[in-house]
Parts: sequence; structure tokens; C-alpha cells
Amino acid sequence: MRLFAFSVRTAKEILRDPLNLAFGIGFPLVLIFLLSAIQANIPVSLFEIGRLTPGITVFGLSFMTLFAAALTAKDRESALLQRLYTTPLTAADFIFGYMMPILPIALAQCVICYITAIILGLPVTVTILYAVLLAIPVSLFFIALGLLCGSVFSVKQVGGICGALLTNLVAFLSGVWFDLDLVGGSFRKIADLLPFVHAVEMERAILNGAYAEIFPHIWWVLGYTAAVVSFAVVFFLRQMRNQ
Amino acid sequence: MEAIQTKRLTKRYKDTTAVDSLDLTVHEGELFSLLGINGAGKTTAIKMLSCLTRPTNGDAELLGNSIVKNAAAVKSIIGVSPQETAVAPNLSVRENLELMCGIHGFSKEKKENKTAELSEQFDLVQILDKKAGKLSGGWQRRLSIAMALISEPKVLFLDEPTLGLDVLARSDLWDNIRSLKGRITIILTTHYMEEAETLSDRTGIMKDGKLLAIGTAEELKIKAGTDKFEDAFVKIVKEASK
Repeated sequence: MRLFAFSVRTAKEILRDPLNLAFGIGFPLVLIFLLSAIQANIPVSLFEIGRLTPGITVFGLSFMTLFAAALTAKDRESALLQRLYTTPLTAADFIFGYMMPILPIALAQCVICYITAIILGLPVTVTILYAVLLAIPVSLFFIALGLLCGSVFSVKQVGGICGALLTNLVAFLSGVWFDLDLVGGSFRKIADLLPFVHAVEMERAILNGAYAEIFPHIWWVLGYTAAVVSFAVVFFLRQMRNQ
Repeated sequence: MEAIQTKRLTKRYKDTTAVDSLDLTVHEGELFSLLGINGAGKTTAIKMLSCLTRPTNGDAELLGNSIVKNAAAVKSIIGVSPQETAVAPNLSVRENLELMCGIHGFSKEKKENKTAELSEQFDLVQILDKKAGKLSGGWQRRLSIAMALISEPKVLFLDEPTLGLDVLARSDLWDNIRSLKGRITIILTTHYMEEAETLSDRTGIMKDGKLLAIGTAEELKIKAGTDKFEDAFVKIVKEASK
């Protein structure tokens, strides 16, 4: 009951912010339309709808970090959390209450991206459902990263770090916009050490029915998700104690 | 049983002692003010009493429950309205009140009754569907106190409730606070002399984390040998600085 009340509040705060809707839903859709239009005129295999859509869904999920971080940081700065810490809400209620409501928002974003892709010619197959299901650990990674950043940084810092830096990192190091092998060298090595390219490759593999190819990418994604969730819990509890 | 009894309650931050061996007793149903200039230790004292921060030394009991050993029991009997605005800005006034009802595990019926009762008591009826973030400072503060009262607390902490409000908003909020007097124990921090004198049954004067004097407004004036409460405050604080 307590967790539900706090979760509903989290969802309302996020969904009622028009900027969140514009970036979370609108921006990925614009990118799908735009890059599909480019692909129609100048064929690039990377922007074929079957390769482009998984990449855009992962890129779109990076905005979940911004949502989670901005809300947590704002709550800390506005003293709302201070008030709630004096209520019977437990640490687990807070952590789940911030993270869980964003998960359906993230999955809804994926579904909207795939519906758009179907309109643009993506064949309807059961692998779309698998791709949405495999987006769950990717979503949890980005949401937990948001909780972690919101527990550590101020609202202003969150805007810069999660809004500008992270989205650019995901854009450049995920292989969504260009083939990472074209750059190669250290750039490719760094990209391979981060979870973004693995999340994109995993989603591409599952969507295209190449089930064996989700490995080893899924291990990278699950490993990073587990690590970031753990750090998010530790840092949230730390700021809770510091309050 | 006393509402609050502190025993050498102390909070240190590195080299600074924010609250220094505070021994204080607040009776049930009393409106007690902690008065002091900025940095006197009022907010830190309230943070310890409301289990937001652990004391470095000492302890306090709220209706017999230790803030150190039984924080959960303390949290179930207190309401807190923090110094800064503590409302959910994208939620309406009604939703803010309902949020607190949900957090305290109220049934649907109790939630509706409590929301209606507090909206009435704090004149929030006409703005129930307005977003909290769009309200003026005075209305937000009023909502903040109403939210603190949702759980029917036995002890209510109001940290600088009228800070930054205009004269009319302050007067309205004083009426709200007066209407609660006697029904629950209220601990109010303020640096407005008039607020402490007008509203409180007793006042404690703090400086540099220490409780310098305690008593009714009249007792403090007599103690300082002054006619005005403000003069009494200034004299007590200045004498402590010597």
C-alpha cells in the first residue's frame, strides 16, 4: 500500500512533465522517421528498419536515466524526501518506489518505437515481443543509473551529466549511428567495455531471430545491470543517512 | 508522561557542535517554540527529534519512545513540516494529501474523510485540484502543514513555518496553528520574536547549540528584566556571548 502510493506519485510526476514526454517518446520517434527517410533515399544498411529500431529503443531508454535522476535530485533539494523520511516508508519502499514505476514507462516507449517501425515496414513477428522483454534488463540498468546519479548529484548537475553527457555517450558508443568498426582501435575497445553496444547488439540479435547471437552481449548487460542496481542502492541509502 | 524529554542530546559535525547537551522537557498538548538566530541549532534539534539525523550523544524520548532505539515507533507518532517547501509539485493539492494517506496505509474511506477534513480545516477546498507547484508560498506552507497532520500525529514539528511569508499569509497560518493548540503537542522553530510570543505556551532560547533559557514569554521577560519580549531575547543572547 505504502509502496503503491509512492510509486503512483513517481509515475505522475514523470508523466506530467511535458519535457519528459517530448524527449522520452517524441525524440526517439522523430529519429526513427528521420533516419528511415534518409535510408529510403541513400540506402545505408545500418539504418534498415530491422537494425535501426533496436538501436533507437536502447538510445531512447537512456532518457529514463534522466527522468529517474531528475526526480530523485529534485525531491532531495525540495525537502520532500526529508518529509517522507519521517514517515513509516522504508528504504526498500523508496528504492522500488522510484524504480518500478519507470519500468512500464520504459517498456511503453519500446512498444511505441516498434509500432512506429511496423508502420514503416518492420515485419510483424514474435521476435518483437522478445525484443521488448529483453529490454527489461536494459531499462533497469538505465533507471538504476538514474537513481544513482540522483542520489549523488544536484538537479543542475543531473541535467548536464544525465541529459547531455550520458545521451551522447550512448549515441557514440552504442553503434546506433555508425559502425564502430569504422573507427576501430581504442574507441572500439572502450565501446566494448561499456554496456551500450552490447545492449544494442543483443536487441538486434533477438529481433532478427538470431537467438544464439544474443551471447555474450546479454551477460554484459545483466552484469552491468546488477552492478549499477547495487551501487544505486548503496548510494541512495548513503544519501538517506546523510539527510 | 511527557511528550518530549531530551537527555544531553548532542549533535557534532566535525569541528562544529550544532546541538550541545540539550536537556529539554515538553509537556503533552503544549505549543513549545525553539527561538534563536540562524545557526542556533533549532533545525538540527528538530531533525534529531524527528529521526532524520542520529544524535552524536544523548537520547530523547517522544511519549516514551527513544529516538535512538525505537525510531520506527517515533515515526508513527510524529508529523513534520520541514523548513523548505516539501510538497510534490506536479501533484494537485488533493493528490498530495492522498499521497500522505497512502503512505500511512489508510483505507479508501479513511483517505477520503481525512482529505475532506484537512481541506476544510486549512481552507484548501477551493484549490484542491490545483497543482501544488503553482501555489503561492503561503498556500504551499499551509498544504505542507496539512500533509504533516494526515497521520493524526501526537507530536507535530513545524520548522520555521512562516519563513519568507508576507504579513497576511503569516497571520492566516498563525490562525491555523492556533486551531491545533491543545489537541496535539507542537514544537515550532522560529526566529520571529512575535511568532514565539504570540503562539507559544513556553519558549526555549537557543544559541550556538545551547539552550540558554526556557519559560513562558512573561517568565523570560522577568528573567531578563525587560518589558518587551524582543528585548528579553536580545539580552539573554548577548549575556551568553560575554
